Amino acid sequence: MKILVAVKRVIDYNVQVRVKEDGTGVVTDNVKMSTNPPDDNAIEEAVKIKETGRAKEIVAVTVGEEKAQETIRKALAVGVDRGIHVKADGITEPLAVSKILQKIIDKEKPDLVFMGKQAIDDDCNQTGQMLAALLNWPQATFASKIEVKDKSLEVTREVDEGLETIEVNIPAIVTCDLRLNEPRYASLPNIMKAKKKPLEQINASDLGIDTKPRIKLIKVEEPPKRKAGIKVASVAELVQKLKNEAKVI
Amino acid sequence: MSVLLIAEHDNKEVRPFTLNAITAASQIDQDLHVLVIGHNADAVVKFISEVPNVKKIIHVDNEIYQNYLAENFTPVIVKQSENYSYVVCSANTFGKNLMPRVAALLDTSQVSDIIKVISPDTYLRPIYAGNAFATVKSTDNKKCITIRPTSFDPAPTSGGSAEIVKTDAAEATTLSKFIKREAVKSERPELGTAKIVISGGRGMQSGDNFKLINAIADKLNAAIGASRAAVDAGYITNDHQVGQTGKVVVPDLYIAVGISGAIQHLAGMKESKIIVAINKDGEAPIFSVADYGLEADLFEALPQFLEELNKLNTIQK
Repeated sequence: MKILVAVKRVIDYNVQVRVKEDGTGVVTDNVKMSTNPPDDNAIEEAVKIKETGRAKEIVAVTVGEEKAQETIRKALAVGVDRGIHVKADGITEPLAVSKILQKIIDKEKPDLVFMGKQAIDDDCNQTGQMLAALLNWPQATFASKIEVKDKSLEVTREVDEGLETIEVNIPAIVTCDLRLNEPRYASLPNIMKAKKKPLEQINASDLGIDTKPRIKLIKVEEPPKRKAGIKVASVAELVQKLKNEAKVI
Repeated sequence: MSVLLIAEHDNKEVRPFTLNAITAASQIDQDLHVLVIGHNADAVVKFISEVPNVKKIIHVDNEIYQNYLAENFTPVIVKQSENYSYVVCSANTFGKNLMPRVAALLDTSQVSDIIKVISPDTYLRPIYAGNAFATVKSTDNKKCITIRPTSFDPAPTSGGSAEIVKTDAAEATTLSKFIKREAVKSERPELGTAKIVISGGRGMQSGDNFKLINAIADKLNAAIGASRAAVDAGYITNDHQVGQTGKVVVPDLYIAVGISGAIQHLAGMKESKIIVAINKDGEAPIFSVADYGLEADLFEALPQFLEELNKLNTIQK
């Protein structure tokens, strides 16, 4: 079995994001970037499946600017076999990314495609489902447990009401939740070895995909600030304020 | 130029967020039609037909829709969407799973999780977990939009009499199969819609200590939330998680106990009307969003809190 993992480079989740003064976006210069957190869970799950002997090869793919290949190198350092970097500048919307991934999948013919359930920059939560639609494959989104069977996967999904279990035929797309597993760290020797693993570069334009955004970004602004609150001295004062001032209890 | 909204339901009842999505959808276009896909869901159809904002219901009844699967629902929605300019549903796990599958087949770049309708093609949506708001304009002819339910009031549910039209099912999927859904049963209100939420964080120190939170929740008829740190530490199950990767809640009163206020947590609760923070670290970021902050040891503050609430009730009697 072959597993393809799609990863995205985003602003690190510990960074306090700041809006640019001109309202065109958020500040990314000199800001720490890393792999989108649930994409790390996708990589980890693929590596775990390979360790059980059920997968022969893992390929990581990313779409983005030159530096996006850092996320591929990081994936290679924790057990991914080779990488593909599709170069694209500017905003690539999930629809364009899923069309690019479809082209890669036509060529690579993986049995499973894993990725994070959502990217923490645009918070779209679309790419996996769109890719599944374009390929006419089943989708198992928000996966918190994956059981590999002969020709299918049994996937536990985190839904609003609790947990849902579905069975999807292989080939399938799985989008991973943070609780699927605990991503491992790369060891220094493996980081060195990863530098020798193959990383292919392709231009998005060479794939014949129009990546021009369909959604016009008019402006980006700071969310409205909450007005400063007060500190209360005691529980009794807190309860009185909630009852008499805020009138919420 | 009308709008097609996909209802979420369990064949017996409409899921409440559908009503919030109806409010948003009717702000996009008044000619609002609702698609109900299910099996023996007549009660759902009748309920929605009485929502005044709804002009027409398209009802697809077939046993293959007994349980919701995106692979099964998508062909019906794509077919029905021919006559509409907008396809809309709520941005909870139902809509998040379903809508992109529809949008890709319509070759539309979806606009996710909108919190405001600025004009029929322009919307406000949070990005970076609510740390920035983006105003976006869709240029696609047919638009696919998901609605953040907590940003819109639920639509009124009486006085309407929408026309009901039945239509045929699409072919059943062979790609995927529903196995089971384990709903978390609780006597308490649902986290996503509760008027009062009390949440515990890593400061609770153990799952057992959540009994202090439970006692207050019982008193206030509140839902119980938690930070990701508390969930990861195994104090409480993940369906209680509030934050960027959990649930977004907008109650009248949110009480954060032993929660420092990481960016991810704030993203899930900072739109609450009144926020209370109880934390022994006076520098904790949670105090920057709290209307009322109490710098105290929660193990002393929570029993006192319960005692004060009990006193209130005595006065009221």
